[in-house]
Amino acid sequence: MAKTKVLMTGNEAIAEGAIQGGCRFYAGYPITPQNELIAYMARHLLPAGGVFIQAESELAAINMVFAAAAAGSRAMTSSSSPGISLKQEGISYIAGAELPAVIVNIMRGGPGLGNIWPAQSDYFQATRGGGHGDYRCIVLAPSSVQEAYDLMALAFELADRYRNPAIILGDGMLGQMMEPLSVHSPQPTVHRKKNILPNKKWALTGCKGRKPNIIKSFYMKEGDLEKFNLRLQEKYKIIKQKEQRCDSLFLEDAQVILVAYGTMARIARGAVTKLREDGKKIGLIRPVTLWPFPDKVFKRLAISDKRLAILVIEMSYGQMLDDVRLAVNCQAPVEFLGRSGGGVPSEGEIINKVRKLLRTREPEN
Amino acid sequence: MNKIFSRPKSLRNISTHYCPGCGHGIAHRLIAEIVDELGIRQRVIGIAPVGCAVIAYDYWDFDCCEAAHGRALAVATGIKRVRPQNIVFTYQGDGDLAAIGTNETIHAANRGENLTVVFINNAVYGMTGGQMAPTTLLGQKTATTPRGRSAATEGWPLKISEMLALLPGVKFIERTSLHSVQEVIKTKRAIKQAFQNQVDKIGFSLVEVLSPCPTYLGLSPVEALEWIRKTMIKEFPLGRIK
Amino acid sequence: MARIRIEREKCKGCLLCVSACPKGLITIDKKLNARGIKPVRFKTDSLCLGCCMCAFICPDCCIEVYK
Repeated sequence: MAKTKVLMTGNEAIAEGAIQGGCRFYAGYPITPQNELIAYMARHLLPAGGVFIQAESELAAINMVFAAAAAGSRAMTSSSSPGISLKQEGISYIAGAELPAVIVNIMRGGPGLGNIWPAQSDYFQATRGGGHGDYRCIVLAPSSVQEAYDLMALAFELADRYRNPAIILGDGMLGQMMEPLSVHSPQPTVHRKKNILPNKKWALTGCKGRKPNIIKSFYMKEGDLEKFNLRLQEKYKIIKQKEQRCDSLFLEDAQVILVAYGTMARIARGAVTKLREDGKKIGLIRPVTLWPFPDKVFKRLAISDKRLAILVIEMSYGQMLDDVRLAVNCQAPVEFLGRSGGGVPSEGEIINKVRKLLRTREPEN
Repeated sequence: MNKIFSRPKSLRNISTHYCPGCGHGIAHRLIAEIVDELGIRQRVIGIAPVGCAVIAYDYWDFDCCEAAHGRALAVATGIKRVRPQNIVFTYQGDGDLAAIGTNETIHAANRGENLTVVFINNAVYGMTGGQMAPTTLLGQKTATTPRGRSAATEGWPLKISEMLALLPGVKFIERTSLHSVQEVIKTKRAIKQAFQNQVDKIGFSLVEVLSPCPTYLGLSPVEALEWIRKTMIKEFPLGRIK
Repeated sequence: MARIRIEREKCKGCLLCVSACPKGLITIDKKLNARGIKPVRFKTDSLCLGCCMCAFICPDCCIEVYK
């Protein structure tokens, strides 16, 4: 595949990555800071042979996506935190009807209307289900414009493979920043137009030559819903086994391991580089899948090494922190640094926190 | 002797969960008959609502989709846009279409989506136990208007068909009733037209069907038909609206 | 000459067909069906017009008409 270099915002890269990844249906409602995404879709999805709808609300948009997925299309929507809250009902139905769909959340500050600055305070909502019922979404967290582009095709593939909603969890900074990007072909060419979709025998196409298909999440007969939930849990177990993804740096000799995702991981990486130059043994784990959380990597670490400490850094007041603690399982101290509501922990703040942590731990060395 | 009336092919041969005398059974059958007569069973996709008709897909023998409460027309839009060659219809009650789903209803209509809507108006919420509907009549007692609906606190019965008729995207609206055999026949004619319009790519077509809910009107099935004829059609006059 | 066939096990006893029949040929059965409901019964076929009024109004699609 010929690659072309372009300069794009994260929002545009997500949209282009989606189209290249086979997305042929988009419905959304404008909200800052993801408006470039919906505008890009409006320009480029139609020429790619897809359907674009500016819906009357986030509720309508997510239900249009539910429907397009039910009809066999690769479908997605995008929004930012308050809009994603509105979509939760629909996401629950998508999970309940086992439909493949992709939802992009370019997070902003909350709660409530909050503000339009970047934040990571929707981690719980994304990784715990978010709507009603016992379900999980596959959650992918890009930390660069290139990765935002690349993860879109993966999101659609995972959604199709598991018939499960997949969420791209970015933030306002990633959405707005511009970076050079390698794309598959000069956009908006349609790549892999044919054979892109796996055979979806369950999809609604009209019952010609087969028994009628029904797409639903409603199980009234005694015991049926429990059976269905057990089946979902089996699926989630497989996803947890097979789909954990993360990136890491200097884990071999690290005495302090920073854990951060998305935009926060970029800043943490800067801090790691500076601290290494200073001779400090610092490492980094950057989860790419937030659900399933990459707990295997934590278990592989020399957790019995008493010198090891872990520092979780988030643009929230500690949400991924819970997953790290569960993964570490009290085998190492887990510290936290976080700001939210538009505040972003700086490289300097991280370095200071790490130095303090190293000082307090020195007597043990 | 020849069989001149029997169950349509598109209606599965099982008993419904509906109460005795409920209009849903008649409306389901009419749709199944129309699907058979138009020869569209292999390409029709029905959208079931939330409400008493939530499991309508168990009764129809063609592809069907669930929709969250009120979102049937957003779901229908998504399916029809992806598969314009299919015939897509929604089947919605008064709460679904005219209360929780008002926004989806108005905007699908305003976009002029080429869809067929069967809107069952029985002036009360059945599934949840007889609460006020947007179309409950003034003075009508329900579980949530125990002293009768009052305009001062609950507003007036919502005439969504008349509202929708104002929109340029809407091509066909008729209000019919199930209160007599003659009206059932007229209802079938109107719904068939609404389906034919979609086949002919004419655009958004809706039939509002006044339908009996004997259980929550507190009437016998025969009395419920009488109530529609004498009382309900005064507030919701029958006939072609657009 | 016409007649109707009523599926008595599907009948919920709403009696809409009784009120719809122009000749008054449908009546309530004395025996209960499996639902514990008294279904309707076709009295005689001597006067049946095969007009289908009963079948049109039946919410449970349990009447077939022969002519």
